[in-house]
Amino acid sequence: MHHPRLLSGAVALTLAVLLTPWQACAAEPSRTLNIGITGEPASLDPARASGGVWESDVFMDLYAGLIVEDAAGEHIPGIAKSWEVSDDGLTWTFHLRDDAQWSDGHPVTAEDFVFGWKHQLDPKSASKYAYMLYPVKNARAVNTGEKPLDALGVESLDDGHTFRVTLARPTPYFIKILTHYTSLPIPEHVVEKYGDQWTRMEHIVTDGAFKPTSWVSHDHISAVKNPRFHDAKNVALDRINYYPTEDANAGIQRFRAGELDILRNYTSDRYEWLKQHLPDATHMDTYLGSYYYVLNSREGRPTADPRVREALNLAIRRNVLSEQIMQDTFQPAYALVPPGVSHYTAQPMVLKDMTMEERMTRARQLMQDAGYGPDHPLRLTLRYNTSDEHKKIAIAVAAMWRPLGVQVEMTNAEVTVHYQALQEGDFDVARAGWIADYNDAENFLTLLHTGVGNNYGAWHNEQFDQLLDEANVTLDSDKREQLMEQAEGVAMNDHALIPLLYYVSRNLVNPQLEGWQDNIEDNHPSRWVKFSP
Amino acid sequence: MLTYTAKRLAMAIPTLLIVITVSFFLMRVAPGGPFDGERQLPPEIENNLRAAYHLDEPLPMQYLRYMGNLLQGDFGPSFKYKDFSVTQLILQGFPVSLELGGLAIGLALIIGLPLGVIAALRRNSTVDYMVMGIALGGIAVPNFVIAPILALVFGVLLAWLPAGGWNGGALPNLVLPVIALAIQQIAYIARMMRASMIETLGSHFIRTARAKGLSERQVIWRHALRPSMLPVISYLGPAIAGIITGSVVIEQIFGLPGIGRYFVQGALNRDYTLVMGTVVFYGVLIVLMNLVVDLLYSALDPQIRYDD
Repeated sequence: MHHPRLLSGAVALTLAVLLTPWQACAAEPSRTLNIGITGEPASLDPARASGGVWESDVFMDLYAGLIVEDAAGEHIPGIAKSWEVSDDGLTWTFHLRDDAQWSDGHPVTAEDFVFGWKHQLDPKSASKYAYMLYPVKNARAVNTGEKPLDALGVESLDDGHTFRVTLARPTPYFIKILTHYTSLPIPEHVVEKYGDQWTRMEHIVTDGAFKPTSWVSHDHISAVKNPRFHDAKNVALDRINYYPTEDANAGIQRFRAGELDILRNYTSDRYEWLKQHLPDATHMDTYLGSYYYVLNSREGRPTADPRVREALNLAIRRNVLSEQIMQDTFQPAYALVPPGVSHYTAQPMVLKDMTMEERMTRARQLMQDAGYGPDHPLRLTLRYNTSDEHKKIAIAVAAMWRPLGVQVEMTNAEVTVHYQALQEGDFDVARAGWIADYNDAENFLTLLHTGVGNNYGAWHNEQFDQLLDEANVTLDSDKREQLMEQAEGVAMNDHALIPLLYYVSRNLVNPQLEGWQDNIEDNHPSRWVKFSP
Repeated sequence: MLTYTAKRLAMAIPTLLIVITVSFFLMRVAPGGPFDGERQLPPEIENNLRAAYHLDEPLPMQYLRYMGNLLQGDFGPSFKYKDFSVTQLILQGFPVSLELGGLAIGLALIIGLPLGVIAALRRNSTVDYMVMGIALGGIAVPNFVIAPILALVFGVLLAWLPAGGWNGGALPNLVLPVIALAIQQIAYIARMMRASMIETLGSHFIRTARAKGLSERQVIWRHALRPSMLPVISYLGPAIAGIITGSVVIEQIFGLPGIGRYFVQGALNRDYTLVMGTVVFYGVLIVLMNLVVDLLYSALDPQIRYDD
């Protein structure tokens, strides 16, 4: 007699046992961490990186800068054990640890920082993010080639135990950019020997908790624990594999199959499902990111009229966007600067406290005053870069404007084309987003400063510029906060743009991983995590 | 035959030159550049980048520089993946795509050809309808649907096979992507083989063979099979070139390091050198595969000869 079901069951069982050896050995906690990062890093040389979050994820494990982040994203001493600032705020002196070593045993000295910063600003390096270091004296001139590298305001003192930086002007947020990868040390002795081949696996040395051992492009980067790292005794993991995971849904499947322990930035449309099926693994937290619509303030555009800008702002139901359209994977935004930015309180638009009825009444009146009505409807072009998320939001926003008689013509384009159109000012309303480089309100507010490239709408307000300029040289943090808040208040009162949503961080994390902490910067150095037994 | 091969190869050079030139200038006409992105770079930074990649030179100069390097076998540095040259990226990715594509085509032939023959021999029977129905399904369902389903069922729910990853080309990691790649090819090959076989079986020389009293088995194996393969062979040339240069969908869904995604990502990132590298590489492959197909033709069909 045949037992087909029994037979196929047995075959399945045998196959399962044969093909899944990794599931059998669960006694010892794993010491290998598999992370799904959101893209393929451009380079392991911090001067050649492209600025993606996925690169920071790798850099913060491989390298240690003057200041590093703990599990909660707080800034703690890294290679610098202490530092002091001169009274005028121009001279920063960092005292380096004596026990810091590169993975080949060379000591990490102030020379490596001097070299690293010059390497970033060397025009030949063509570093995309070198401008992060522009607060340093002569940095811009060095970067354009007007001044020699040696003119840069950095020096190594006391046989390389002290690193001194001279700034061009007081920069209150300077300390915050020291966690950015542009300020990392670079091993001069290796770069001198191998030139731009120094990041090849057989040459590269790093000073962080892990050192890279293999890289197959678009497959994985592997790193092992660096025994020479100064805090190596507290690093629990032996190995990290970073998998560039561009297809986020595929990433979720690999996470569910146990092939990934961390998946960065799962897609927002899967949030509901994940929360229900993997509640212990699904993380979401506030983040330093703002999703907004640029309003073109150039002359001749309907959005140059502040009444139109206000009316457009009034008609948008941000809670509908965040709750219904985006299923709570965004927070509604009434200001440019997101909540949680250190030493800052965002300045929401007045409309936040108005009822929807009041808002629509006022919006209709404004539109009428601006000369628009049923016979003369407002026609707008709305641009967004191609993505399902942006499309959904654009459609919803256009629908919310319809009661005002606004007729929207939507255009979408791939990201390079979209941003080129923005730079050329070829739009009325356009989608943009900003993820902060460092935790400071200045990083957001500068998007509205006159003459800044990212001020796509060319909004211009002298009072705003003055307040921000003053804040940028004010060392007293309370006074500086006030100035920046005033500046944002000015911009929001003039409806310089349309704040729509705040980004949140989204991560899938293996519940057996201890030490992971959600934090506003969404930075999670692997040296702080381990698997529970 | 040798003269013919040499002639064809010589003819390929102007073809490739045209392909390279057209792609080079088309790429530059596309709006947006390699350094445009979500953030506007300060002009100082952009100048440095343009200088580093010689984009500050006049376009004809850039073209000459590119062609000069190409003649020396240098595809240049990738604009986006800066730790690798384009040559390194292609050399690293191609073996992966070749292995996946080769296995998929092999599987497709092993399954597709017999299916087509069986369907043709049992024309208009239940077997025929079943095979063709399944084949139609295989063509109709795109691989971006099949691949995630395979990964979900066998990777996540049953946990028999990895849901993704290359793992140095380990066998369990190959199974799902190869199947996902092969399904559509199986369907195409089976349908093509069936149609061609039916046509052959209706021709005069088959009638003659039958009239001579040969057994059905001999008629099919000795006489019908070879000429029936011709359309499949001519399909296989470009199909193989296509499949071994990778599939962006399969590579992304299974996280495989093949070169398929360079075609799409290179273009989206305006990574000029990477796009050019893949275009040249693909162009050469297409030319070679078409030549191989034509040579195979003469081996299969005595009426086709390339003597001159």
